[in-house]
Amino acid sequence: MAKDWVILAKDLMKVYQMGEVEVRALAGVSCNIKRGEVVAIMGPSGSGKSTLMNILGCLDLPSSGKYILDGEAVETLNDDQLADIRNRKVGFIFQSFNLLSRTTALANVELPLRYAGNVPNKKERARAALESVGLGDRISHRPTELSGGQQQRVAIARALVNHPAIIMADEPTGNLDSKVGKEILELLLALNRDKGTTLIIVTHDQAIASQSQRIIHLRDGLVEEKK
Amino acid sequence: MNIGQSIIEALETLSGNKLRSGLTILGIVIGVGAVIAMLAIGQGAQNTITGAISGIGTNLFFVFSGNHIQEVRNPKPLTLGDAQAMADPFAAPNVMAVAPVIEGSGDVTSGGKTMSVSVTGTTPQYFIMQNYSLLEGDFLTQDNLQGNASAVVIGPGVADRLFDRRNGVVGETIRINAQPFRVVGILKSKGGGMGGSQDNQVIVPFTTAQTRLIHRSVLNQVDQLYIQAVSAKAVPLATDEVKQILRQRHRTPVGVDDFTVFSQADFLSIASTVTGVFTIFLGGIAGISLLVGGIGIMNIMLVSVTERTREIGLRKALGARKRDILIQFLIESSMLSLIGGMIGILLGWFLGFVVGRIAAASGNPFNPAISLNAILLATLFSAAVGLFFGIYPANRAAGLEPVEALRYE
Repeated sequence: MAKDWVILAKDLMKVYQMGEVEVRALAGVSCNIKRGEVVAIMGPSGSGKSTLMNILGCLDLPSSGKYILDGEAVETLNDDQLADIRNRKVGFIFQSFNLLSRTTALANVELPLRYAGNVPNKKERARAALESVGLGDRISHRPTELSGGQQQRVAIARALVNHPAIIMADEPTGNLDSKVGKEILELLLALNRDKGTTLIIVTHDQAIASQSQRIIHLRDGLVEEKK
Repeated sequence: MNIGQSIIEALETLSGNKLRSGLTILGIVIGVGAVIAMLAIGQGAQNTITGAISGIGTNLFFVFSGNHIQEVRNPKPLTLGDAQAMADPFAAPNVMAVAPVIEGSGDVTSGGKTMSVSVTGTTPQYFIMQNYSLLEGDFLTQDNLQGNASAVVIGPGVADRLFDRRNGVVGETIRINAQPFRVVGILKSKGGGMGGSQDNQVIVPFTTAQTRLIHRSVLNQVDQLYIQAVSAKAVPLATDEVKQILRQRHRTPVGVDDFTVFSQADFLSIASTVTGVFTIFLGGIAGISLLVGGIGIMNIMLVSVTERTREIGLRKALGARKRDILIQFLIESSMLSLIGGMIGILLGWFLGFVVGRIAAASGNPFNPAISLNAILLATLFSAAVGLFFGIYPANRAAGLEPVEALRYE
């Protein structure tokens, strides 16, 4: 049973202290996501979708609530254990790509493997990941020498190089024109189809959301589930 | 992460901002260079001074009037009588020779040229003890001494100044404080020594000096006694004998000597203490510039952490632990200081070399000595500076929250 669910989250609360005022970014969110699912998280600005994504991606801990990611109870982990979880189980894709501009595409993709400890054949695995996103001929280019779409492909290769359980994409097409955006989305969906990687996409774009299997709507820190 | 890879990555990062890294490194280069150069100069000075003292002769020692350690009331001056008592082989069997010395200054003139020189009045033994050799003529003789002769031995510098030559000067007459003296010998150059160049001195018989040139309040007063022991090993025995004789003759109470005995070993230890302090002082001042260089590293690393906040956030999102980030930034700051240290060693060596050349050109040959210790010290110290001043910025980087770091614009 539990093996089917890659994410089990119950009553997630996140409270920020902004000076005197308490801000409730998440006011009790529960959501379960199955292995291999494609889920879109939607909602207006300030609805808490970034906060939810940060918590689901183990970048941040909830103030209260329970969260089990791929069988590990996250809320009990310390900083270093969280770093390991991020490294092994989560791949991030950002709106602004977040590549290291000083290094080559290959080195960028290799980075998660280097933090993973003793991984053999780092270069080969990074090269294979780049080939799988169609950039086999661009491995020694620096990000500044690549187009936006190519940069996002490098970022996708970086996200999947460690074979994570889930890939979290935060507005992955937000900085791209619609044609390239479509290609990127296709690539992500193909990954899901071919490798069964769970995909969570935070987006404003109804067109993207409509391609997903399920949409989680957030409003004021709460889930409005509609189908 | 493996260290070799981290170092390569750090070097790539640093070369990504060449001007900034270069200027930061320059701060360390100057600091380490200054430390190395100053230590080398101090060490060189020490070698030169101890070398000069060793040149005095290992079986010599000196006696001065007065006590330099304790306060003594009415110290009696040393006299010729003291010198004669020490020369008595029965009272002091380990003393081979005694030379009384009286020193002053005077103006020598010849043919309308004048120069001021130091005037030494002494006995013939003095020349042997000082290991002088002659360009021409003779040393002063016992006859000169007993006859109150107006004879003088001059240094080569005096001959140069008064006659513009160093040969054929014997037999000329010069005036010391307006009194005529016949030149009987010219010394070979000994170069600079303690208390100025020995080349600019004139030496006259003790008797002549005390009656006509250097006036002292007590009859037969002596400024210092040069004493030669029968061998280097006999110096402590000879010293004891000399002390006994002086205590008896001066009737001083036990333990309160009104004279001071100085051996070459004493000079050596004082000189190395002085030059040691001098070296530490120079090194300390240079160390301040190294400290400033370290602050430069800290400053640039703090800027770098702020600039790369997003990068740090990203690395953390990809699974970097605190320690990974800490090590990354520490390696960067250590690289800055280590590279600076290596270039600084070369700069310090070069500075020492230049100072040595300038000293040689100005007639005071002196070899700055760069010891392996100084190099090790400077390398270690600069690496430590890099680590120390890197710790705070690196800690700051490692402590960033991934969410906030990623959001940073």
